[in-house]
Amino acid sequence: MPSPTEDEVAVDPVDFSKAEVNANLTPDEKMGILRQMLRIRRFEQVSLKYYNQGAMGGFLHLYIGQEAVAVGTVSLLGKNDHVITAYRDHGHALSVGMSMNECMAELLGKATGCSRGKGGSMHFFAPDKNYWGGHGIVGGQTPLGLGLAYGLKYHGLKGCALCFMGDGAVNQGAYHESLNLAALWKLPVVYIIENNKYSMGTTLDRSSAMRNCLAERADGYGIVWDIANGEDLYEVRAKTANAMRRAHEQSLPTVLEIDTYRYYGHSVADANAKKYRAADEIERYKTHHDPIRLWKKRLLEEGVTTDAAMDAMDNEIKLEANASAEFALASENPSPESIFEDVYWEVDNNTEAGNTGRHFFGD
Amino acid sequence: MPLITYRKALNDALAEEIMRDENVVLMGEEVARYNGAYKVTEGLWERFGDKRVVDTPISEAGFIGMGIGASMLGIRPVMELMFWSFAYVAWDQIINNAGQVRYMSGGLINCPIVIRGPANGGTNVGATHSHTPENFIANTPGLKVVCPATAYDAKGLMKTAIRDNDPVCVMENTLLYGESWEVPEEEYTIPLGVADIKREGTDVSLIAHGRAVITALKAAEILAAEHGIHAEVLDLRSIRPLDEEAIMKTVCKTHRAVLVDENKPFCGVSAQISSMIMEQCFDELDAPVQRVCALDAPAIYSPALEPIQLPTVQRIISKTLQIL
Ligand SMILES: Cc1ncc(C[n+]2csc(CCOP(=O)(O)OP(=O)(O)O)c2C)c(N)n1
Ligand SMILES: [Mg+2]
Repeated sequence: MPSPTEDEVAVDPVDFSKAEVNANLTPDEKMGILRQMLRIRRFEQVSLKYYNQGAMGGFLHLYIGQEAVAVGTVSLLGKNDHVITAYRDHGHALSVGMSMNECMAELLGKATGCSRGKGGSMHFFAPDKNYWGGHGIVGGQTPLGLGLAYGLKYHGLKGCALCFMGDGAVNQGAYHESLNLAALWKLPVVYIIENNKYSMGTTLDRSSAMRNCLAERADGYGIVWDIANGEDLYEVRAKTANAMRRAHEQSLPTVLEIDTYRYYGHSVADANAKKYRAADEIERYKTHHDPIRLWKKRLLEEGVTTDAAMDAMDNEIKLEANASAEFALASENPSPESIFEDVYWEVDNNTEAGNTGRHFFGD
Repeated sequence: MPLITYRKALNDALAEEIMRDENVVLMGEEVARYNGAYKVTEGLWERFGDKRVVDTPISEAGFIGMGIGASMLGIRPVMELMFWSFAYVAWDQIINNAGQVRYMSGGLINCPIVIRGPANGGTNVGATHSHTPENFIANTPGLKVVCPATAYDAKGLMKTAIRDNDPVCVMENTLLYGESWEVPEEEYTIPLGVADIKREGTDVSLIAHGRAVITALKAAEILAAEHGIHAEVLDLRSIRPLDEEAIMKTVCKTHRAVLVDENKPFCGVSAQISSMIMEQCFDELDAPVQRVCALDAPAIYSPALEPIQLPTVQRIISKTLQIL
């Protein structure tokens, strides 16, 4: 069982719509949530089309199926709350307000991309939106998330860091070291394990030893933990809000494991995408657990909107996604000289330090 | 001789060594049921079962370190890093434990472990996934490192690496996995520390390792066809131990050297080769040693630019023409 805590806000275990953060949502805000989830899905569907046409290289890890996690959590963020995640990063990037244009251009390796074509799919960044990436090494971002929390506390700011990770990343030492530090130094970090049940082709039970769930490992460090159903946007928000409150009010960490599912392979290049899990498993999730479908149903039941209005929104978003591809295709490639830019701050800023000694070596 | 892929050659080497020695065990992320992220271990789990081919969680420091520990008891683990770029997570285990334990125990312990996987740029996977750490490994006495450029070498070197009683790092290349070469059906091994002349020539020596050998061979072809220059291509194959004699021999023969290296230039493998040539056959040189390395910045993602960051045929040709 999740650790009982005194600071928990009492919520109806069945209906998280009554949780304070949700009860206060306006119809516009609810539609905004739908918009963000649809934007992720349509953006990625368009990116997939161009990936298959060979317009981009490397890996493309799709977030489709997991949208409620990034959108639900990020919808709660305030001015001093920060986000960092792994390589499956398009959903979080769009959720924090990055534009489809800069994201699509990055996928195509263009100079107009969010990382000037240097990072690619796995390495999106937008520090101006409190979004710190986009990290390719499994678990590598977990101490960085801790560092964001440390920085906030050091500056005396009331904020927190949401550090996202996969269910496979929980087995990296860096994560365990981070948990100890988070508890020891009371740092306002929220580790969000997006448990989509697979790390590449490996099922949860073949990769992780646990008593009941991954988050429960936090017990060993005395860290409060919880689990959430990632197909229910209200639940994601309610439980993340609790964790964030704990960070804001008490400067304490939380581990929140959110159950979710990815529809596509590990990456688009995953040749085994349909071998390690049954086709009907994927179908079952799409039919019965799709976060967008369920949210739409909810909005209809609540009388917030109509099918026609949602379709209109969807069409508009499809246009936005297609336009982003046009933008990316029409954008320039980075210049060859730019290969040597963005390596050292001092050199880029032409400072005395950047001009002292040799920084780059030819052959 | 049958043509087989670099991937299949490695696969055959692993299978043969599993059958030859009951202490050989393969381990790594997705190596068993998934058949390997790059299919190098395809079919091996099915053939040899759970005891010999083992899927690990994503815990590089843990499982690589475990392999090193097990090797101290005589197990011969062949550990796959899905990318050598992920070795940094296990760096302490590789450098401090595998690299130093023999020395610090005054020779009481040895670690017959192989750590293998692809180590290359050129596939648009960005800076975190494109490292070529053979120079770092070679900078560590106690560790060995080989970088096969062909299927033939991949198989022969892998078998030797597994039988070697010291830690050997085998650096493969995802861009070579699908390429085919002639590989004999009968068993063979290639000793570590023996270079190979991949093309004979008289005018200049192109010295390379890993995929840079293939790039050098293409350059040599064009140099011959379009410039009448006969380049000799020396494939180092093994970086540490290094075939110093073969390097000096080719330089003494052609009196000119262009070193081709996918490492970054600063302290790259070619920097060491260059210094050795200068020290040992300075009088034989008719021109300064040239190098063609990766452009000195983290690996750029942009598919339009990454190809020019690695050594290109064109850069090799122009460097060669500069000294002829
Ligand atoms: C240190 C390291 N080891 C291995 C990999 C290769 N790899 C990338 S993602 C992945 C699976 C991760 O699964 P999970 O954490 O569950 O995240 P998901 O892909 O499901 O979002 C692996 C093995 C890597 N990028 N970094
Ligand atoms: Mg997962």
